[in-house]
Amino acid sequence: MIQAVMVISTQAKPRLLKFYNFQPPEKHQDLVRSVFQLLSARPDSVSNFVEVDSIFGPGTKMVYKHLATLYFVFVFDSSENELAMLDLIQVFVETLDRCFKNVCELDIVFNFNKLHTILDEMILGGQVIETSSEQIMKSVEEIARLEKQSSTTSLIPKSISERFSR
Amino acid sequence: MASAQPAPAPAHTAGPSLVDTLFQRSLDDLVKSLRADPSAAGESAAVARALSEIHREIRAPDAATKAVALQKLTYLSSLHFTPVASHPLAFPAIELLASPSLPHKRLAYLAASLSLHPASLSLLPLATHQLHKDLSPSASAAATHRHVFALALQLLGSPAAAAAPDLAVHLAHDLVPHLSRGSPHAIAAAARVIAGAPSAAVPVLFKPLAACLASPDPRASTAAAAAFCDLSAPPADAAPFLPLAPDLYNLLTTSRSNWELIKVLKLFARLAPLESRLAARIVDPVCQLLTRSAAMSLTFECVRTVLTALPAHDAAVRLAIGRVKEFLAAADDPNLRYLGLVALGMLGPGYATTVNDCRDVIMRSLGDADSSIRREALHLMMGMVDENNVLDIASMLVSHAAKSDPEFANDILGAVLAACGRNVYELVADFDWYASLLADMARSLHCAQGDEIGRQLVDVGLRVQDARSELVRSARTLLIDPALLGNHFLFPVLSAAAWISGEYVEFMKDHVELVEALLQPKTNVLPMSVRAVYIHAVFKVLTFCLSVYVEKLGDSSKEVDVVFGGLAIDQTVFGESKVALGSAQEQDIRGSTVRKDPFSHESILYMINLIETTVGPLVECNEVEVQERAHNLIGFVHLLRHIQELKEKKVADDDKQSRVKELVKTMRTVFCQELGPVSVTAQMKVASPDGLDLNENLAELADIVSEDDTAPSTSIFFYPRSRDSVETRDEPAVSIGSSSLSEHRKRHGLFYLPTGKTEDELSDYPHASDTLPSCSNETVSDDKSKTVEPVFAGKKSKSTKSRPKVVKLDGEDFLSSMMATANVPKEDPLSGALRGVLLGRDAMASPLQKASDVNSEAMLKKMGTNESSFQRIENLGSHPASNSVTSKQNHDKEKGTDPPESGAKESRKHRSSGRSGHRQGKHKHRERSSTQPDIVPQAPVIQDFLL
Repeated sequence: MIQAVMVISTQAKPRLLKFYNFQPPEKHQDLVRSVFQLLSARPDSVSNFVEVDSIFGPGTKMVYKHLATLYFVFVFDSSENELAMLDLIQVFVETLDRCFKNVCELDIVFNFNKLHTILDEMILGGQVIETSSEQIMKSVEEIARLEKQSSTTSLIPKSISERFSR
Repeated sequence: MASAQPAPAPAHTAGPSLVDTLFQRSLDDLVKSLRADPSAAGESAAVARALSEIHREIRAPDAATKAVALQKLTYLSSLHFTPVASHPLAFPAIELLASPSLPHKRLAYLAASLSLHPASLSLLPLATHQLHKDLSPSASAAATHRHVFALALQLLGSPAAAAAPDLAVHLAHDLVPHLSRGSPHAIAAAARVIAGAPSAAVPVLFKPLAACLASPDPRASTAAAAAFCDLSAPPADAAPFLPLAPDLYNLLTTSRSNWELIKVLKLFARLAPLESRLAARIVDPVCQLLTRSAAMSLTFECVRTVLTALPAHDAAVRLAIGRVKEFLAAADDPNLRYLGLVALGMLGPGYATTVNDCRDVIMRSLGDADSSIRREALHLMMGMVDENNVLDIASMLVSHAAKSDPEFANDILGAVLAACGRNVYELVADFDWYASLLADMARSLHCAQGDEIGRQLVDVGLRVQDARSELVRSARTLLIDPALLGNHFLFPVLSAAAWISGEYVEFMKDHVELVEALLQPKTNVLPMSVRAVYIHAVFKVLTFCLSVYVEKLGDSSKEVDVVFGGLAIDQTVFGESKVALGSAQEQDIRGSTVRKDPFSHESILYMINLIETTVGPLVECNEVEVQERAHNLIGFVHLLRHIQELKEKKVADDDKQSRVKELVKTMRTVFCQELGPVSVTAQMKVASPDGLDLNENLAELADIVSEDDTAPSTSIFFYPRSRDSVETRDEPAVSIGSSSLSEHRKRHGLFYLPTGKTEDELSDYPHASDTLPSCSNETVSDDKSKTVEPVFAGKKSKSTKSRPKVVKLDGEDFLSSMMATANVPKEDPLSGALRGVLLGRDAMASPLQKASDVNSEAMLKKMGTNESSFQRIENLGSHPASNSVTSKQNHDKEKGTDPPESGAKESRKHRSSGRSGHRQGKHKHRERSSTQPDIVPQAPVIQDFLL
């Protein structure tokens, strides 16, 4: 299964963190730090795989992609294929790119919720549930539509009822 | 409040909290304020301000305010590691789960799945009801509802829920309808629920999940394959998943999705080793995929499956190796090269030549810019090491370490040390070479493996007599190099070198130089524990030199006079000025004779003087260890001088000389005792002291130890019975007190002991130790140690030099075997639950039989639904052997004789010997089944295609 998804900026700031195995919150910062240390020590044009047994436990590997100012990192165990995970990062980045039209770090900084929505359409409980970025986009757009619908419909009855209750 | 920067009011701001919400900062505002001052102080100030805001807002009665506050808190705790006590975040989150507004609900679910902490589990029961509601089918708008249950499933799959087994117990049933619809969300969540609470979830969820494998919807079957792949991952036992083989085989041959095929291949790689016939079945489809697939991920997975699970199928392995070589040759893609090396590492020992063929690539990879590739290459290199090439490889690696970056250099040194030191230097035949290699490693630029090098230096010295002269030479090169004193990692090595040079001083060539090295001024940087070793080594060297000198003198007492006359002079000089000693006179002596003969009286004199000047001050060292050694050494020197003083009291020359001799000899004998390695099981060799009656004590224990505890000790068949009788017949005696039990036994022994030799057996009572007796007897008989011949001596000895004897203690075999057995996987809760639930009926059956039972059971269930695919797959199997197996099993099934079948399986597992035995019986069955094909019931047919 996938154990963690991280997006870390080249300034060592986490931009997205999601753990699928329980990690105590107080350990999150250390995990990000040690992952970033590993990544920043790697020159460009080397392989995208790093063994991270010392950070995430035995048998875990990490695959990452360095794009512009961001590292996209997936941590996984022996139940996942290395190259498939690399593809999955590509799917994730593609989806972000479609969603934000030429995604940049600022989009990711200011769209905390949307990022999680996209990720949740792709991975659930560490299992990949969707690998087509079109399909993910469709779901995300539908959710946005539903949310809009919900907030407009809920506005009227709620405010009226609240007024009456006063 | 962000008065300077009025927030854009959310669309739904109305009602009583209008004023509040109008000025409530949104998440965007928070992010902006955090980015305004990127310094650490500015950021933490912004976080603190935001937190105080949030704590006020989150208590607001208005859901909108609360939701925004929750969102901000989630953001801070997730990305700014704000230590949020679990309670303040968890409670509003759970409160908002029930919100009718979808955006609020989404925020609440996000907060809950990101930050619910096992510590806040007390709140999860509150969430359980809401989850139950959101998971159950409702009348609300279909699209919204689909989304809501996706949210609920997301929470159910989150790590927090996995830590709350109660949640799984209560909600497992709610998942079933979603599973039967084949929702990938539900399948993934079900996998997490099963992993989190196997005993509760498996009965409910396993079968619906298994049904998803056969779903016509590729999304469902892919998700199900992924779920089972996850559940069967290594710590768990894959055997309970064997019944899924038919469906998986179906997917393997029909699926067009690479994702799905990868998961199926992974599952088969885990299942195939459990059932040999499965490997034969999947090898063809896997090879087809291997040749056909264009996707590298799938190709690599096929390679992995073949190399790990189908090593017996040579053609497939050759094919896989071909692909691996393509990977290795991909100059422009480091990912493929890395994976190629990983794949090479999976090759079994049977294909060592293939790995050797790639040696050039591997060597080149050792210098790769990528640390992952380097490490993998090192791993492969170490895998190639055997007794014939250890010399080349280790030397090459050590010289490579000098060129590598510090971290990798130490990886290399560590790997070489581990490989050469494995199982008491099993691989090393030439210890002279190894001794100098250890010294080379220590001198390597970035060496930080001092502890292990030091340990091995001493260990080799203790165990290998023939290596000592070379060890001493290596030790000398280490000790005389002042540069090594600058690396604090090397102190253990220097300590070991000093010890070796002192202990095996007889192999040393230039003792004066050694004493100088051991006493060089720079040694004051050494830690005190190491200095103590140095001083002690000097003591040993001096004793040795003196003893040789005294021997050489023989009867010529005059020369003794000269030496000790010189000593007397020095003593006066020593009293006046120490500095003078280091001056011309010393240089003079040093220059002329000392070099030539370390045992001449000049050189001994020089040594003694040197010792007094340098060790003398250490007598006042505040580290007791050093102080003590210094006292010993200086005391010895003074003793020599005291004898000299006797002369002035007109003691006869002969007497004086004999006293000198006696003293020197005594000291020499103190150090002459050979030291050896100590076995970890040394305790077993200690004779039990008088007065300790082990029999007595154990006999008393019999009343305390329950029958179950004693049952396994098979060596004492009479014992349980006797104990019973003690309990039943002789109750009064037991109640009187255990101390009187032995008395009682002596008196009434005949009542409950089966044979007449009561006394004998009583005194022999601790038969339990008979399980390790041969070992202990042996250790007693040749108490000291036994010398183990090289393991490979019989096989081949290409090396021109015969391997020296290596002292190996019997306990060390025991240790390694114990480590091996410690790795035996234990029963895990998941497979236990699967077995318990799926088979329930036969708790005592062997695991293998259980698996086969599941097979047939699951098979029977599916028969009706999926017959066509079974038949198709059955046609694929054209091996006569598997047919015969089938028909035999058919036969067994008809008669309802399970035990023979399990026996057959057992024997198949244990390879050919048993197999041939069954052959004869099978022939008959095959004939029968071929003549009456119609009568054969359907269930067995499936059994065939499975295997």
